[in-house]
Amino acid sequence: MTTTPILEARDLFCTFQVRQGMFQPKRPLHAVNGVSLSIEKGGVLGLVGESGCGKSTVARMLLGLQEPTSGTLAIDGQPLQEIGRKELAKRVQPIFQDPYSSLNPRKTIGSIITLPLYIHKIGHESDRRRKVEDIMDLCGLPKRAYDMYPSQLSGGQRQRVAIARALVMRPEIVICDEPTSALDVSVQAQILNLLLDLRRELGLTYVLISHNLAVVELIASKVSVMYLGRIVEEAQGQDFFRDPRHPYSQALLASVLTPEAGLGVPDAQLGSTFPNPIDPPPGCTFHPRCAHAGDACRTIRPSQIRDSRGLVECHLFDDAVAV
Amino acid sequence: MTPTIKVENLRVSIPLAAGVLHAVRGISFEVAKGETLCLVGESGCGKSLTSLALMDLLPSRAKREADRIELDGADLLKLGERDMAKVRGSTMAMIFQEPMTSLNPAYTIGNQLEEGIRLHKGVSASEARERAVYLLEKVGITGASSRLGQYPHQLSGGLRQRVMIAMALMCGPDLLICDEPTTALDVTIQAQILHLLKDLQREFDMAVILITHDLGIVARVADRVAVMYAGEIIESGDVDEIFSRPTHPYTQGLMNCIPVPGKTAYGERLGTIPGIVPSMIGEMTGCAFANRCAYAEDICLKTLTTRELVPNHAVRCVRAEEVAALNAGLDTATASAGSPA
Repeated sequence: MTTTPILEARDLFCTFQVRQGMFQPKRPLHAVNGVSLSIEKGGVLGLVGESGCGKSTVARMLLGLQEPTSGTLAIDGQPLQEIGRKELAKRVQPIFQDPYSSLNPRKTIGSIITLPLYIHKIGHESDRRRKVEDIMDLCGLPKRAYDMYPSQLSGGQRQRVAIARALVMRPEIVICDEPTSALDVSVQAQILNLLLDLRRELGLTYVLISHNLAVVELIASKVSVMYLGRIVEEAQGQDFFRDPRHPYSQALLASVLTPEAGLGVPDAQLGSTFPNPIDPPPGCTFHPRCAHAGDACRTIRPSQIRDSRGLVECHLFDDAVAV
Repeated sequence: MTPTIKVENLRVSIPLAAGVLHAVRGISFEVAKGETLCLVGESGCGKSLTSLALMDLLPSRAKREADRIELDGADLLKLGERDMAKVRGSTMAMIFQEPMTSLNPAYTIGNQLEEGIRLHKGVSASEARERAVYLLEKVGITGASSRLGQYPHQLSGGLRQRVMIAMALMCGPDLLICDEPTTALDVTIQAQILHLLKDLQREFDMAVILITHDLGIVARVADRVAVMYAGEIIESGDVDEIFSRPTHPYTQGLMNCIPVPGKTAYGERLGTIPGIVPSMIGEMTGCAFANRCAYAEDICLKTLTTRELVPNHAVRCVRAEEVAALNAGLDTATASAGSPA
């Protein structure tokens, strides 16, 4: 395909220097260890993985909140450094997990949603009010909520406020970090429907970070699986959920508890140890938990294999390495 | 056989400035040895207060009333604070949602594990230690004896929850109450912890009450299910029955809300339940779900009864039979429409 992806990351690294004890020297923690991503306009990229795999650090870098140690990020072919902080905020906006802590309790809903317009000096006073009411309407918030405080709203309504605040600038890309994890199932359904509708109506591109794989399956057009700072598999959404290739992806999907009675709790045979990211295992970082691990996996780091189905980083798919 | 726990007409009310909040409004259930009952519902439905009421750990201003709460045939309502403390953590134990906040950061794992059994059973320090090591190994923690000297912050979330489970099992409880035991954990760890709970339940022959909002967990873990809404059990029965024939309109709504892998198509809109939960302050007449229910009629605002559709499947809805018949009709209609003519 020749179209420029709306969002592209190449060889992103992010390394933190951490101290493990008071008198120990600082050691590097490679939170993101060579991640490349791309997403087409109007697509939804699902980023999945266990806590500590680096997916939130990637999100922070996409938002310009965290400087990558190395690597490039581009929006519509334009490098992020050239764009500038304010301009970036117009084009990329976040929605966070917990609508109870992401809204200022002392500000009215109206002023929370107006703030981005005010900062970017968009429109006049009356104009702004109209813009805000439009976006509130689009997000399913009643007009009377304009003068209310977050504490007067339910969890679902608060998440609608967070979405309205993200969309009032009419961004192209929305980074959704666990947008429904803090919500009840019936409210989650409403918010997911809203995100699906808004994407269609406003032509939005989403990066969706979630540990709920059923949610990712519902709305992601493309899925990237992260493990210890690297993307170990990438595929089109439907392909991925029909036939995951990396043993880790398979284990993740096997762990999903679908609401079907009588099947019992699956045993993904993963072992309990998520490795310490400061001391990652040699070779393939997943080998201590992998049922298919052979000698090569313990010593040789797997290379990325790109084919028609996407990307997978595993010796099982590498003809040059015998497992 | 007497059930391990038997609850009849449990009510929890909290006096507020605006009136009395009836958080739990007359629920009854029993759980037998080796059986798992899942209490499922959304926030504010009273499921957590129910578990705290059983443990007698309600906040002091909340009032607990019941016709009967029996554990192994003994009346818990008659116990004073001292006697209740002997039962709590010993014959009935509880696992909470957030393992980080329920472990004390200033004490070692070993210290916290051994405290309960030494108090309740008066065993020696070495016996307590032996039991702690045995249980840590049981819950899948490697190098158990060296872990005893560690502090909670040195363990990952999954390991902490395993320690919590080991702690709950120290005195060999007959009833284990788990309040959202895996909500704070990754999916992979969640599956492992639930697996472990099922294994331990079988091994120690415990009755388990599991509280969750996740229908996936309910389907995979429960023997029986009780769906709660606005402080009442609105539908209860065997897990197969509830998932194959959900009858209360709220249960149906919940099931339609969740994306099901393999069933919900990519980009498909999910079902929703319109409206919001009514205020639970003051007395309520009729069905609490009536204002959100597509099947509601005038009679729903006046009366409310629990109907047993088949043995072991009760629905708290005056129109239960009609709703069930309507659904059965719909099923056959879609089945015939789907089959090739």
